[in-house]
Amino acid sequence: MLFAPLSPPQMHIPDGFLSLGIALGLWIVTIIVIAISLQRVSKDLGPRQVPMMGVVAAAIFAGQMLNFPVAGGTSGHLLGAALATILLGPYAAVLVMTCVLGVQALLFQDGGLLALGANIFNMGIVGVVVTHFVYRTVRNLGGGKPWTIFVGGFLSAWLSVVCGALITALELALSGTTPANIAIPAMGGIHVLIGLGEGLITAGALAFLYVTRPDLLKIGEEKPAGSGIWLAGLVIAVAIAIASPLASSFPDGLEWVAEQQGFLTNAQNAPYHIIPDYVFPGIQNEALATIVAGIVGTLIVGGVAFGIAYARRNRSATTNYETIAK
Amino acid sequence: MHVHFLDPYHNGTSLIHQLDPRVKLVFTLAFIVTASLLPFGAWAAYILLLAIVFSVELLSDLGIRYVLKRAFLATPFVLAAFPLIFTVPGVPLFSFSIGPWTLTVTLEGVERLLSIAFKSWVAVQMAIVLAATTSFPQLLQAMRGIGIPRLLVAIIGLMWRYIFVLADEVLRLLRARAARSGASPEIGKRVGGSIAWRARTTGGMAGNLMMRGFERGDRIYAAMSARGYDGEVRAFPLPPVPRIQWLGLGGAVIVLLLILSLGILLTR
Repeated sequence: MLFAPLSPPQMHIPDGFLSLGIALGLWIVTIIVIAISLQRVSKDLGPRQVPMMGVVAAAIFAGQMLNFPVAGGTSGHLLGAALATILLGPYAAVLVMTCVLGVQALLFQDGGLLALGANIFNMGIVGVVVTHFVYRTVRNLGGGKPWTIFVGGFLSAWLSVVCGALITALELALSGTTPANIAIPAMGGIHVLIGLGEGLITAGALAFLYVTRPDLLKIGEEKPAGSGIWLAGLVIAVAIAIASPLASSFPDGLEWVAEQQGFLTNAQNAPYHIIPDYVFPGIQNEALATIVAGIVGTLIVGGVAFGIAYARRNRSATTNYETIAK
Repeated sequence: MHVHFLDPYHNGTSLIHQLDPRVKLVFTLAFIVTASLLPFGAWAAYILLLAIVFSVELLSDLGIRYVLKRAFLATPFVLAAFPLIFTVPGVPLFSFSIGPWTLTVTLEGVERLLSIAFKSWVAVQMAIVLAATTSFPQLLQAMRGIGIPRLLVAIIGLMWRYIFVLADEVLRLLRARAARSGASPEIGKRVGGSIAWRARTTGGMAGNLMMRGFERGDRIYAAMSARGYDGEVRAFPLPPVPRIQWLGLGGAVIVLLLILSLGILLTR
């Protein structure tokens, strides 16, 4: 009975929907990011942090039960990646989201186990990095004034959900599970709306904390994460902004099917030659290849940025934010 | 109201319950990887996987019905793969028109959609059996056994310990909101403020929950420090896996490999 509100309609990919290459590739990226986060968290933060992260992870998990009615039986939900990032800083937030998603997959089959790497990447890593980038940028552009907390919180939470959904759609399209030109506009469109709920709840939560426990809002800021994460956020946001319209601007899916019909009747004499081909035939190859290149590039740049961040630590972070503020 | 029933673990003494948790976790992962690797349309191999998962369900005393009921949770996602029946090129089954467009359902598209749905369905069943026959401390043990870092396992352990407490907090927050919200007997009449106002209220609840979480985290840290916690997470060494279970796991993996080769050969 409680399972329903505990698993709001999210974008947890079940097993069987991703091709093995995509699932394993994202596992590798995810493991690297978690390893860096673990190292940073155990180095930078005190012993207080372990019980704190455990309880905050439990709070995020339980907080996903919070909802409010919108219209026609739909409701707005909290997913929590943005709130965790703003309150804990990006490294701890990656670990918290990893734990939340891991427990959801292992115990509640909310998302598959083989697909868990992808799910942590989509909802944890992308969400955290995009939030960090947007929130820090807004905070600094506004000169750190109080209103930037709420505007930054709203925008970052909204974008973290939209970016996560678009990345999910791209992965499904690359796996040959769903056509890009249908999945990307659909997932993006729905999550532009779902993200509004997330953004409003996050801003409301920050407003509450600003009044009652303003010290909590400073914890995440005392540990600025390094310019690397900020840069990775920028790169991911830009990559998604370029890749998604590109991928979905294939000839309209339905029209394209109609075009194929002529081709199909010709191909009928060899009906059993079909074996699943993970790539779309013809024209779509090129565009998909571009997206693959885009994503690989984003990941490489992200990885390099993480490396730089790791090497340079906190000092560079503050200067970077100052230059942005100016 | 308490949410103890959240825990998917079903107490029992069946053969599956008694297996070493590491063996169960590794077998579950191997099973899911096999399902994912099988090519589309390898129906004979799918049926063999289904037979395996049904036998495990019967051996675990959970019953097939219980698992099937829980497995429905993952079904809505099949919608994501639904457009495949139109977009995969292949032998046309039938066409219909909506306005200016003609949609053609292809045999290959239907086959691919059903394959994805079936693979996902058997995988989720095996994961349900794992969660229902392995208690959480045992799962933590299995996580350490397959090399997940101790710090992460410690956070997950603490998280699980407090999920029930914080879920109770959420229920209290929701009950309080319901108690102060009016409802109109008039059907279809909306009460309460605008959507932004509602979101703001819910945001306040979320902020309240986070605050309670942080404050509880502080108290837990104080209590742990008082008992000697120094930031280092220590754990007992894991007991060795019994040899017979090693052999069983090896045999099971070989069977999975055979099914996989069969599936690949059949669709050649």
